[in-house]
Amino acid sequence: MIKVEFLGPIGKTPMEIEATTLADVAVKLKEEQELGAWLDKCAVALNDTMVNDLTTVLKDGDKISILPPVCGG
Amino acid sequence: MELHSGSLDTKEIFGRWLDEQAKSNYGAYIPFVGTIRAEDGIEALSFDIYEPILQKWFDEWQERAKVLGAVVKMAHSVGDVPVHTSSYVSAVFSPRRRVALELIDEFVEDFKANAPIWKYDVKNGERIYAEDRSTPMDGAGLLK
Repeated sequence: MIKVEFLGPIGKTPMEIEATTLADVAVKLKEEQELGAWLDKCAVALNDTMVNDLTTVLKDGDKISILPPVCGG
Repeated sequence: MELHSGSLDTKEIFGRWLDEQAKSNYGAYIPFVGTIRAEDGIEALSFDIYEPILQKWFDEWQERAKVLGAVVKMAHSVGDVPVHTSSYVSAVFSPRRRVALELIDEFVEDFKANAPIWKYDVKNGERIYAEDRSTPMDGAGLLK
């Protein structure tokens, strides 16, 4: 299972999904209606490292973080 | 990197950083202070931080600074920070001023764009995500 957590203002409970690549995660998250307004502006981290490739291979126990637009300072 | 609950004690932090580097032979020390302005009827700003990625982001900057013989420092608030107090301070120490001036510019700008920190306006005790002032991080939209 892959754990998906939603950071900051998204306010969604973490999910556990089956996925072998980030592309699979994209398919699953697009089914979640409440994420409709978020996915096009969110960045993604795998096990706390930023990732930028949908072909990234996942393994059981991996953690995906969904990071909405930021504003520190 | 330091995270503090509520407003930062800027004088304590800058004084301590200065003391720590007192004998390091750096010729330049450039501090930056971010202060919460009273505007749009806000009482405070409030911050969420995702520390594991913030720490990695900061560690990469520390490495970039090291190559230039410099040191970067930062402290940020978590939770509510009232207007007219400070939520963010950073600084650069370097042997020479030019390196420090350029580094503080790049460091603060990249902080605004890529540090995993979320800001909320606090009005009438309610937290409202500052969406219009927020920036998608590098690589945003991967899963769209």
